[in-house]
Amino acid sequence: MSVSLEHYLILSALLFCIGLYGALSRRNTIVILMSIEIMLNAVNVALVAFSRYIVPLVLTGQVFALFVMVVAAAEVAVGLAIIIALYRSRETVDVEQADLMKG
Amino acid sequence: MTVLDIVFWLLAVISIGAALAVVFLQNIFRAALFLVLCFFAVAGLFITLQADFLAVAQVLIYVGAISILIILAIMLTREMWRGNPGGRFQLPAFIIALGLFGVMVWAVINTSWQISAELPLVPTTAAIGSRLFGEGGLLLPLEIAAVLLLAAILGAIVLVREK
Repeated sequence: MSVSLEHYLILSALLFCIGLYGALSRRNTIVILMSIEIMLNAVNVALVAFSRYIVPLVLTGQVFALFVMVVAAAEVAVGLAIIIALYRSRETVDVEQADLMKG
Repeated sequence: MTVLDIVFWLLAVISIGAALAVVFLQNIFRAALFLVLCFFAVAGLFITLQADFLAVAQVLIYVGAISILIILAIMLTREMWRGNPGGRFQLPAFIIALGLFGVMVWAVINTSWQISAELPLVPTTAAIGSRLFGEGGLLLPLEIAAVLLLAAILGAIVLVREK
């Protein structure tokens, strides 16, 4: 059985769910950010697979994946700046201790 | 099994294993190195999908820039000794992730995809360029993305600047 669109989509879903579990269950902010990067990569795999198998001549999926990469780069820059600012003011990167806005 | 199938399964196993290592390893620095491996495997998957430009962009942006930023942040925060502890919501998170995976697999299997018989474009660089800048292209979103990047850079500088 040769590799088809479904293989790529299920691989992408599995990667996305691993990232989702990491983002929801870990306490270290940097690990959460890395998990979000894994989720964005999984989405890119799905987009490029759609582009390859459904509209191979239009390339819409690949262009969209490129925009996802741009947004991921912006997100990681701002996210890490927030983490470093948090570490400066509270001496920790633990999400359960970052509860300044808790009611 | 063709060569492409073998490469796909190899890259799939590497990317899944590296992603699991990122989430479960206790040493954050090693987790970041496994994240780099995961990015490389995804770049390889792009190559198997004949997306050559995206594979190069993946290596340049993710492996070259984002992972370096993450490793720098790990060094700057000196939280290595704390490891990678789990939070209070591990079981609900696992159930949510498993449920979402089940729903997505069900949706993928039960949809009849209209697979195109056309061969994909190779190389894709010129085609992506004309798709972005050509007639009826995506010039406005591209300019907005540029402004977004500039705003992100300025925001990061303002956030980490010493008072």
